Formats: sequence, C-alpha cells, structure tokens
Amino acid sequence: MNDSNRTPEDAAVAVPLEPSAEETNGALDADGRRRERDVWVAGTEEPEWIANATDEGAQEMLPRDLDPALSFQRGVTVDDDYFEAEVIVDDERQIINMGPQHPATHGVLRLQMELEGETVRRVKPIIGYLHTGMEKTAETLPYMSGGTNVTRMDYLSPLNNELCYSLVVEQLLDVDIPPRGQAIRVLMTELNRVSSHLVWLGTFGIDVGALSMMLYGFREREAILAFFEKVTGLRMNHNYIRPGGVAADLPEGWEDDVEGIADTVRAGLDDYQDLLNGNPIFLDRTQGVGVITPAEAHQFGVTGPIARSAGVNFDLRKAFPYSGIEQYDFDVPLGKHGDVFDRYLVRTEEIRQSLRIVEQVLETMPAGDYRTDDRKVTPPPRKRIDESMEALIHHFKLFTEGFKVPVGEAYQAVESPRGELGMYLVSKGAAKPWRLHVRAPSFATVQALPVMMTDLIVADVIATLASLDPVLGDVDR
Amino acid sequence: MSDEAIPQDAQPGAEAGVEAAPARVLPDDPILADLATEFPGVDFTSFQPRNGPRQDTATVGRDDLLSFVQAVKDAGFETFIDVCGVDHLNQDPRYDVIINVLSMEHTQRLRIKVEILGNDPTVPSISSIYAGANFYERETWDLFGIVFDGHTDLTRILLPDEWSGHPLRKNYSVGSVPVQFKGSPKST
Repeated sequence: MNDSNRTPEDAAVAVPLEPSAEETNGALDADGRRRERDVWVAGTEEPEWIANATDEGAQEMLPRDLDPALSFQRGVTVDDDYFEAEVIVDDERQIINMGPQHPATHGVLRLQMELEGETVRRVKPIIGYLHTGMEKTAETLPYMSGGTNVTRMDYLSPLNNELCYSLVVEQLLDVDIPPRGQAIRVLMTELNRVSSHLVWLGTFGIDVGALSMMLYGFREREAILAFFEKVTGLRMNHNYIRPGGVAADLPEGWEDDVEGIADTVRAGLDDYQDLLNGNPIFLDRTQGVGVITPAEAHQFGVTGPIARSAGVNFDLRKAFPYSGIEQYDFDVPLGKHGDVFDRYLVRTEEIRQSLRIVEQVLETMPAGDYRTDDRKVTPPPRKRIDESMEALIHHFKLFTEGFKVPVGEAYQAVESPRGELGMYLVSKGAAKPWRLHVRAPSFATVQALPVMMTDLIVADVIATLASLDPVLGDVDR
Repeated sequence: MSDEAIPQDAQPGAEAGVEAAPARVLPDDPILADLATEFPGVDFTSFQPRNGPRQDTATVGRDDLLSFVQAVKDAGFETFIDVCGVDHLNQDPRYDVIINVLSMEHTQRLRIKVEILGNDPTVPSISSIYAGANFYERETWDLFGIVFDGHTDLTRILLPDEWSGHPLRKNYSVGSVPVQFKGSPKST
C-alpha cells in the first residue's frame, strides 16, 4: 500500500540514477549522459561490452562453404531460386534471428537468417527450447503409463502418438487386438487428423493474412475436441489408446456425434475453399513459394503431406497398413509443384478422405470387445475383483508393477498428420522400456527448412513455415 | 513386401563367396540377398511381428559402414528415416547406432545397426550420403556422446550449449527435485 502513495519524485530521490564521474570512468558527455554502458558479460575478467559479445557460441552460423544444407542444394536442381544472384554488397548482408519468441514460428523455434536486404540467403534452424527429455522419461515409466508420456509430444495429434506407442509395444507382446478395438483406433486417429489439419488451416490462414480462417478452423475443431472429451475424458493428452486396445468403449450415441462432425466439417471446408481458392492475394502468396522437390524430400526424410505435395506417392496407411486401416476405401491426394499452395490443397483433401474413412467406420463398426482378453495385459473385469481375491491381486500387480514385455527390438511407424511418426523400442524383458526412440516427423521437416527457404523473401518464409505445420513439442520431445 | 520376396535356396555361387562363414544364410529378400553377397561381413537378421511387415536388420562393422550405406542407397533405399543410439550399459559393445532407411519404390525398410565399444564411441558420419542424417547425428551426439567422424557441425542440438554430460546414457541419473512441505526442516 505504501508504494501506491509514492510519486515519481519520491522514486527519483530514493534511487540516485545519476552515476558519479568516477563510477563511469568519466565518460559523461556535455549533457551529463553516460556514453558507455557499464555492463559486461558475466564471468569475464575484463569489462567486455555486450555489443562485442553477441556471437552465437556453438550455434553460430557456419561459414558458407561448410553449410551442409547449402552445399546439398547446390548439387540438386531446384526451381524455387527465382532471385537472380545480384551483386553482393557485404554491408547489406546481416544475420537476423526470428524467434524463439515469435508468433509466426508456431512455438519456440528460432531461425537464424542471413539477409541481403529483404532476401533470405541462408537459414539455420535452432531448436531445443522445448526439450524436456521425454525419451529419458519413457525409460522410467512402465508400459501401462508410457502413453501419458508420448501423448504429450505432438500435442496436436496425441492419439496418433498413442497409437504408434501401443502398436510397437504390441509387436513385442505378440497380442491380437479385437476388431472393435482396431476400428475405434482408426476412428479416433482419423478424427484427430481432421482436427490437427483444421488447426493447421487456421494458423496457416492467419500467417498469410486470411484472419478469419483462425476462427473457422477452431470452430470446427471444437466439435471434434468435444467428442474426444466425451470418449476419453480429456480434450488433449488422452492416454486413450493403450497397449492391448483402448481404455474404454465408445459412449452411447457416438454415431450421431460422428455424423454431425462429418457433416459440419465437410460443409465448412467447402466454404473455406470458396473463400481461399479464388482469392488472388492468397494465390499470389502461396503459389510457387517454398518449393521442395521429391529428391530433397527423400534426402531429408520429409514425409507425409509435405512430400505428397511434391508428388511423392507414399502414404504409410497404404504402404504399411496398420490397425486394420486397409479395409477402408480412401484416396491419397498428391500435389505436383511441392509449393505452399499444393500443401494447402493436399491437406484439405486429406481432411475429406479422413472423413470418408470415419464414415465407413461408422457403418461397419464391429461388435465385441474393445481390448484384448489377454489377462497378461488387460486387467480383470470390475465384477471379478469384487468376487475373487486373485483377481484383486492381479489388478493390483498389473497397475503397480505393470506387465513385462519380452526381449526384443521393434520399429513401428504410423502416418501422423505431419508424416512418418516412428517409434523404436528396445526391451530387455522388464516392465519398462530399455530405450524408446521417437522418430518425429516435424524434426525432419525443420531440418529441411533451409532448402525450402533459401532465396525467398522474408514474407514468404513466414508462409512457407506456416505451410509445413511443425509442432515444436514433436521436434524437441 | 513379402509377396515379392523370392525364396532363395543356398546357391553354390553365393556359398563360394562367403567361405569364411559357411553357416551364413542369405536373406530371403532379393535386394538384401544381393547386399549380403556383396558384403560378407554384414549380418542379416529379421523379425516377423504377428501384425505388420517383416523387419530386417543388418549389423555392420564400423569400418564397412560408409561403403555399406552407400550400397544400400544405390540398391534403392532412397529415403532417409532415422538415426538413433542405444546404450546397453555393462555390455561389451556398449552402444548401438541404429540407422533406418526406407525404399518407397519397393515398400521396404532396412535397419542398419553398428555396435561400438564404450571406450571409443566413434562412428563415421553418413551425412555425406544422406543429407538428412545431419540433425539426427547431432541429436545422437548430444544425448549419447557418440562422435560422428566427418560431421561438419557436431554441436548440441536439443540441450543448451553449456550442458555437461549426455543424458540418455544409462549411467546419467534422471535426477529429482526434493519435495518441500510447509513447515518441514529445510534440506541442504
């Protein structure tokens, strides 16, 4: 309360701001202002001015002839270099950091950009700001709780992460999932793909100047998240798909919800495409921008919608089908040019195809159990626990010690909304993984940023980054 | 994938090429069989899960790695997928480096495994063959301390530059933050 009564004059009296001539080595000018700052880098003996110490340490941009992405790009014909090499004036070349706190980087991504005027000559992505050691955490969690860890990695498609984790554990466990459990998994992950692409549509729109897309995208996504909450209890970080099946059966009336979602999203999508596809500003900002070629996609491990926009005909759901997805009809949309606009078209078409799958699941949902009846993995039914001491002990052991997974190593990949999400599991026969490596699709995408962004102008860098849809939780894990 | 596999019986020509290891069985898959004939020192194993495609692993010595990876790329595995490390504490080759590649044309994966000793954790960098290995090798160095020889920019990628140690090694403790309760004696 005392502070509120203080006037600016009081403050000036309390803290003398004017340094004496001795303190500043006499570096006061005629007006009594300090000309040199007496701040220096901590830990150095000599007062070294901060202005001289702004180098980037180990993350400094490499000399041009050592930059691997650049030298790779020199060897491959790319058609996005529409800026002719002009006379380079050294004075005009500067290195600017975009991020890590920048609204257009979709999280804590930092881009070191070498600019010549408005043209980006080199980009170096710097990541790790969101690293929380989740692969180490995975080694400390039993298989039953591992889902709570992986679901937090790619926070826009948690169910795909859970599915991948469950599948890789089931490979070593050697259990069969009943058809209903598999169909529920397909239903939930495809709805998750729709919701993730809708978030992308919103954030992408806002980055290229179509501000209303944010509202529209999030409006439709809300319906899906509400359905997720009804099924799993949570809007995000569900831990719903677990080794052995899913956590619970679908609630009463789920058919109506899913039907409603499919209709709303499809109707909304038609409207958005009407708004965007004929918009000359949108076309100018997206066509021919941020091009990636199939050769570059292969080299950098870029998969998913980004590779498909360049015409790479590869979808893990077709190539290595999992969880019974091969029984549903759907098409794989492909682009031709590999630019921002094609990525937009591919993703919007993927939403439609996912809705097709969802509707087929709706029609053909098999009856039966939603998780395996293998008592090694699945706890006994609630009723048995009331009747039988053994069942109670079994339940208790399963949730305290967890189940053991046989020795072995396995790799499983699923088609996440961002590309190939892979998990490599090494088990030594314990109830916890010995090693769980997550091959994150966004990590590969972020690495390939330089080949897409070199020689673009800054505004196009924003559009390109937005079109790639990286999730930094996925990149850094 | 397995539909295309042509089962190969022990061929006299192949047997002659690998006299040093007469018990060696060539993999069923034609592409892998070719690779196995070309590199007699490489061990091929495969694991068939109940639901899902067969998983092939090639265990390579450190010295053969670069030529083998180049041959794998030329054999049609055009897409780079992943590099990661595994630490088997208290085992003789302490670390594994796992390289995952994919052939979109043949819809086939291959896992390349290099076993390296704990006192000399060095492998040649494959980032000159697959450009995408660059970040993955930095991550493996950052988290395991495995040095990739010939890498242009082997710096920390996920952890801060001034971090000491390599957290995914098994002898690096997870650490903990002491829980503090109201009124409890202060721990030092």
